[in-house]
Amino acid sequence: MPLSREPSPIADVLAAANEVILGKETQIRQAMACLLARGHLLIEDLPGVGKTTLAHTLARLLGLQFSRIQFTSDMLPADIVGISIFDRTNSAFNFLPGPIFSQLVLADEINRATPKTQSALLEAMEERQVSSDGQTRPLPEPFFVIATQNPSYQIGTFPLPESQLDRFLLRIELGYPDRAAERALLEGGGRRQQLPALAARLAPEQIPALQERAAAVHVAPALLDYVQALVEATRNSPDFTHGLSPRAALALLAAARAWAFIDGRDMVLPEDVQAVLPGVACHRLRHAHSGALARPADIAALAHGVAIP
Amino acid sequence: MGKKTPDPGPPLARGALPWLLLVALATIAPHADHLPPWLSLLAAGLLAGRLWLWHGQRRLPARWLLVLLVVGGSAGIAAEYRTLFGRDAGVALLVLFMALKPMELRTQRDALVILMLGYFLLLTHYFYSESIPTGLWLLAAATLLTATLVRLHGGPQPLARSARLGGLLLAQALPFMLILFLLFPRIAGPLWGLPQDAHAGQSGLSDRMAPGTLSELIQSGNIAFRVQFAGAIPEKSELYWRGPVFDDYDGLTWRAGNRAARAGSRPQIEASGRRFDYVSTLEAHNQRWLLALDLPLTLPPDARLSATFESLTREPVQKRVRLAFTSAPDFRANVVETQALLENALRLPPDVNPRARTLAAEWRVLPPEKIADSALALFRREAFFYTLRPPLLGPHAMDEFLFDTRHGFCEHYASAFVFLMRAAGVPARVVAGYQGGELNPIDGFLTVRQSDAHAWAEIWIAGRGWLRIDPTAAVAPSRIERGIAAALPQGEALPVFARLDADWLRAMRNRWEAVDNAWNQWVLGYNPQRQKEVLAQLGMANPDWRSMTTLLAILCAAALALVTAWTLYRRPPGDPAQRAWQRFCRRLGRLGVRRAAWEGPADFANRVARERPEWGPLASEAAQHYAALRYGKGTPDNLERLRACAARLPLRWRQQT
Repeated sequence: MPLSREPSPIADVLAAANEVILGKETQIRQAMACLLARGHLLIEDLPGVGKTTLAHTLARLLGLQFSRIQFTSDMLPADIVGISIFDRTNSAFNFLPGPIFSQLVLADEINRATPKTQSALLEAMEERQVSSDGQTRPLPEPFFVIATQNPSYQIGTFPLPESQLDRFLLRIELGYPDRAAERALLEGGGRRQQLPALAARLAPEQIPALQERAAAVHVAPALLDYVQALVEATRNSPDFTHGLSPRAALALLAAARAWAFIDGRDMVLPEDVQAVLPGVACHRLRHAHSGALARPADIAALAHGVAIP
Repeated sequence: MGKKTPDPGPPLARGALPWLLLVALATIAPHADHLPPWLSLLAAGLLAGRLWLWHGQRRLPARWLLVLLVVGGSAGIAAEYRTLFGRDAGVALLVLFMALKPMELRTQRDALVILMLGYFLLLTHYFYSESIPTGLWLLAAATLLTATLVRLHGGPQPLARSARLGGLLLAQALPFMLILFLLFPRIAGPLWGLPQDAHAGQSGLSDRMAPGTLSELIQSGNIAFRVQFAGAIPEKSELYWRGPVFDDYDGLTWRAGNRAARAGSRPQIEASGRRFDYVSTLEAHNQRWLLALDLPLTLPPDARLSATFESLTREPVQKRVRLAFTSAPDFRANVVETQALLENALRLPPDVNPRARTLAAEWRVLPPEKIADSALALFRREAFFYTLRPPLLGPHAMDEFLFDTRHGFCEHYASAFVFLMRAAGVPARVVAGYQGGELNPIDGFLTVRQSDAHAWAEIWIAGRGWLRIDPTAAVAPSRIERGIAAALPQGEALPVFARLDADWLRAMRNRWEAVDNAWNQWVLGYNPQRQKEVLAQLGMANPDWRSMTTLLAILCAAALALVTAWTLYRRPPGDPAQRAWQRFCRRLGRLGVRRAAWEGPADFANRVARERPEWGPLASEAAQHYAALRYGKGTPDNLERLRACAARLPLRWRQQT
């Protein structure tokens, strides 16, 4: 993109990620933007298109401590947050932290778990801390959850309700790789084998600083006008059951800031908002007639009906 | 100026000079019509010379040379007009200064002097013409001046921008102009007393008639007056508009009679039958007669009927006036006439035209009616020709005309006829005026031009009074029935308009004259009387100056509020950056890449680079400045550059397809 003053501060990371995951530049950027905006990412797609690989790759490149939780229908909240065990020697309860005490948590197939377990994860995501047995334990910093979800029409799933979906800053789809990318994949073998060889491009300590810089990207009043115009358009549109919430508007702004930051720009442009809008809005809006979640094309059409003020 | 001036002010930007020269040209050019040719040439030469100096970046002429030019030019004007004061000489001096000032044009302040002088010089054009074309020219020139003023202060900018701003400034003055025009207390007569020379050279009938007087006048297509009849319009052969009556003849020239002879006589008109009410709008002609239709029964106030039935004002008509008359075409005039006047109407210079006298002497035995018939029969019988270009006549002019040349114009026929009548003992006189006129079907006004000028005769017969006899009708009846163009042989010079055959051209002229007449009636003819009428319609009968001033102030304040509200409302939304960006996008749109309303600057620049690569870099630059201004922390420098980007795009008025 033009209009950048300086090269992207995370160009290295992006380049390395693009070498592992072929043909998914946009999704990798979105994932990075989500991380920089201190949000959490929901990847929704069929099994086998590289969701887990993406999460792994990011963890390796950013040097983050990584854990993976494979959700199943018999999973309990304690399997995620941890459990207190009575220690006879000390005559006290000892807390054994669950897999969520990790910098990058991959919550695989989150919609296979029961709502109770799901909400344990989502609460931890929102609060960035875990409360159990009357004690509050902060989660590590940075804390980034990538949840994956199979399309909800598959058998044996508990689709996330809107209120839970709202906890994810962005929702992306990976989709099938294009022909060239798939050929390269076939020739080079599975990607996961490359992962252990990947060197970290950033230290985890650097990430909070990057997040702060992303949050400080300048937003002009004119851009706020545009964000508001977009949000109002979703609320006034007859196509959707309801519009974007104020929290969604905040999410949109935060994501747009991170997107601009990835470009190396010190201000947010309407283009940044447009770029992250489908990711922010798709899982938050439902079609008025079918009740299905909005598609990116619907959101793009909506954005094309809103003049930039 | 010179060393003593501590600070000459900022120097003038180089690009401003052609504009100032254009201003000088626009304000001077219409004066060329009445300036001495040497001055027009000098002015043109000075302006062209300054342009040449500018183009080659040459040095300005030395001060002594300029002083020499000023002194020389002023001396020339003084020699030309025999004075340095008054309207003509004053305007000529102003033109000289306007043409010379650019020669010492160095600083911004000099440029302002030129502009102020330009505004002043514009006003002087109204001394000479108040027509619509003049108004339009001056409006355009005032816009140019204002636009130049805008440029002078606003720096280099696209032409359209300064023109629009200049026009807008003038447009905002419009409501005030209208209010002041309608309500500012009107003064009868011109607002500024003009010096004597102001009214010289106005065309029209003069107070004497010699061979050639009328045929010269008739070449002019100028309008003498316009008439609007309240009801029916008389026959064309009845349209005799009475001007000066001549009863003194010295063998060459006819003059208005001596006062003593007329003193005892009073006009007595016995009208019978039809009456015609009409309003005449008379152009200024610097004479006292009002050219009423024969014969007027009621006259406008301030006018009186002379012993010879001329309607006269006290002062020469020096501006267009509206006059209401009632006339009757069927009349008996002064059946009883004073002896002095009748004697005067028989007087002839001795020793001229012996052959005519001899001929007339043969008729003396006949009754007056027969004498007139004999004279008319002579014109009819012999080979007389009606022409604008009669041969020159010697000392016995009437003899030569009657017996040798026999080519003449109405003045020849009228004076020859009157000469014969007097020689035969019938009191007779020459009447000059206009005959006919052209009805404009667009607005129903009858237009009488200088080319309708005419001369006819009147004889007095006991018991019948003064009778009009038009000897021209005997020679060229079509002159009276169909107008001058039909009566003259083809190929004789006439104003183009008088001889128009093409219907569309005539229709166009009618339309134009209707517009022009409306302008005269409503704009130029807006006198105290009309103002009173307008105010009465507004519910203010007989307002005094206090209430007028109050109304004026209230309306001006209201107009000011209105203009302010309008400008606030019209102010384009957003900040200057957005306006500049929108202009850039509009221009690119005309070049074929149209920005969608939802399209951000970066996306748009990318698309431009794809679709019209030649504009890609410029679009990218503009987008960068705009983004910095609107979404980042832009500086005024960004704005300048963004505007510069817009200016670098070629201007197209229509969208490319």
